[in-house]
Amino acid sequence: MTSGKPTMIEFQNVHKYYGDYHALRGINATIKAGEFFSLLGPSGCGKTTLLRTIAGFEGISSGVVLIDGKDVAAVPPNQRPTNMVFQSYAIFPHLSVAQNVGFGLRKDPLSAADKARAVDEALAMVGLSGYGARAAHALSGGQRQRVALARALILKPKVLLLDEPLSALDKKLRENMQVELIKLQRQVGITFILVTHDQEEALVMSDRIAVMFEGQIAQLDSPERLYRLPKTRAVANFIGTMNFLSAQILSEAGGKVEVEAQGFGRLQLDAEKQVTGAPTDTGATIGFRPETATLLFDGQQATDRETMATVEEVVYYGDMTYYDVLLDGTSAPVRLSMRNVFGRPVLDIGTRTRVGWSAGALVLFR
Amino acid sequence: MKIPVLRIYTIGYLLFLYCPIVILPIFAFNNSTAVAFPLQGFTSQWFVNVFHDAVLGHALKNSLLVAGSTAVLATFLGTLAARANTRYQFKAAGPLMGLIMLPMVLPEIIMAMALLVVLLSVGIPLSLFTIVLGHVLVCTPFAVAILTSAFQSLDKSLEEAAYDLGEGPFSTFRLIILPLVMPGIISAMLICFTISLDEFIVANFLGSGEPLLSTFIYGQLRFPKNVPNIMALGTILVGVSITLLALAEFFRRRGLARTGAKDTGGFL
Repeated sequence: MTSGKPTMIEFQNVHKYYGDYHALRGINATIKAGEFFSLLGPSGCGKTTLLRTIAGFEGISSGVVLIDGKDVAAVPPNQRPTNMVFQSYAIFPHLSVAQNVGFGLRKDPLSAADKARAVDEALAMVGLSGYGARAAHALSGGQRQRVALARALILKPKVLLLDEPLSALDKKLRENMQVELIKLQRQVGITFILVTHDQEEALVMSDRIAVMFEGQIAQLDSPERLYRLPKTRAVANFIGTMNFLSAQILSEAGGKVEVEAQGFGRLQLDAEKQVTGAPTDTGATIGFRPETATLLFDGQQATDRETMATVEEVVYYGDMTYYDVLLDGTSAPVRLSMRNVFGRPVLDIGTRTRVGWSAGALVLFR
Repeated sequence: MKIPVLRIYTIGYLLFLYCPIVILPIFAFNNSTAVAFPLQGFTSQWFVNVFHDAVLGHALKNSLLVAGSTAVLATFLGTLAARANTRYQFKAAGPLMGLIMLPMVLPEIIMAMALLVVLLSVGIPLSLFTIVLGHVLVCTPFAVAILTSAFQSLDKSLEEAAYDLGEGPFSTFRLIILPLVMPGIISAMLICFTISLDEFIVANFLGSGEPLLSTFIYGQLRFPKNVPNIMALGTILVGVSITLLALAEFFRRRGLARTGAKDTGGFL
């Protein structure tokens, strides 16, 4: 959906060393104008470092960072067309809310009245109208977050950088802010780049996600593609849960791959839509998401195929129940997630049951 | 019954520590030149004497000048050291900070003697200025300790945010860092001022004969009839010291509250 837009940020073979530590290992990526882009990965993967190279807080050891077509190597943070929302929000505690929001306008030649109007507009945009006179240190976490957003957006940057902006908020507030951030991004049309370690947050908010491990981008894709066809087992494991069963490739021809998979038997998979993998994955593996297979209760028919299994573990979540089941002919249990339906019992451990699955939902890692 | 050993020890400790200081105001108002019980009656004569003593006035002026200069200089140097120590990482940071903090534990008399030898051999004449130099050496570690805590409680992203919003390094320092560490700076200045005001050894060794409060008091103790005056002066000094330290602590805590940091340590 963003393919036709111009490029806003481009990384060309970016490396970053801290002494001997190789923090960024050859980053190549482009971020489009107006895109909601996420850098997702576990702590220490280099995602924050990469974000800070855009802001200008970190120099790079080699490579090129382009913002709006311009090499920014020699441009200090205070002259870049980017603004940042910090993880700690970095609200100036000795200033009022209005002084915080208007801070970036200090050198602007606008009149005082115009500046005040801009501050009011920015506060209104984040839902904090009338909060201008309050002391910044008296705000709640959610309000600080909004002030930080208003303070960054008032300068109308080309790119807004968000460093784990929601990690300090509790679950409910975080979910609300996710939706608000998406709306805000659509409203202002600025490129948003979000750093997060929360895969759900990235999936909910982003147009595209770069999954990073150990200073490299493991996969850069849309949320749906990342979830449906992860490039490696590491990515598959980081984004949600995936079950793996060992498999053997029998033949490849005419866009079809024939495999013999543990528990599933002989299968034909679509080479383009279902086969993925990278050299880091050793041996062929069949993967599937917990919700793509289902327990079959009395009278239910499988839509595609079915296999017998034994329930090994039951985890009840209220709206969902997770079943770890051992498919006949396999050696390790796989996890199935079942939406709980009123009147249907939760199965006991040890129950023999049928499991329905579709060959089309399987992914082959080679 | 169990004997509350720790409680008795604590009370005994505090009595030993503070009784002598409580004696001071008692005899300052006692109507007798002899510092001995029983008390002879109430008088404020000694305080009147103190306020009319011209030499004492001169010593007080010198002391205020020295303490003021020391406070400003030591706090300025302390600010630079604390900022370097908290904001930048460099190889020599550990040993360097150790050396800066060393005068805190170094025997003062040795430092004073060493300074005296150096100043004389370099040919710098002794004056109030040389006392200030010595006092700066003594006070700077205290300033560094207080200011390090102030700078440490400062979130680094506050600076980055100001930078990100278009300010340069100097305006960031002026607009963000300085206001936030100002309580720490005031607190450091007050403590340095107090230390310098009370300091005797350096003042005695590096002085040119110009009286300071501490050396003046020491000199007066030779004359028994002047002892009650010293008691009165001592009472005033204790009062001023406690007030200044309380003020310093007030500012230090206000600084922490302002930056929203957790209180760790402090002198009071």
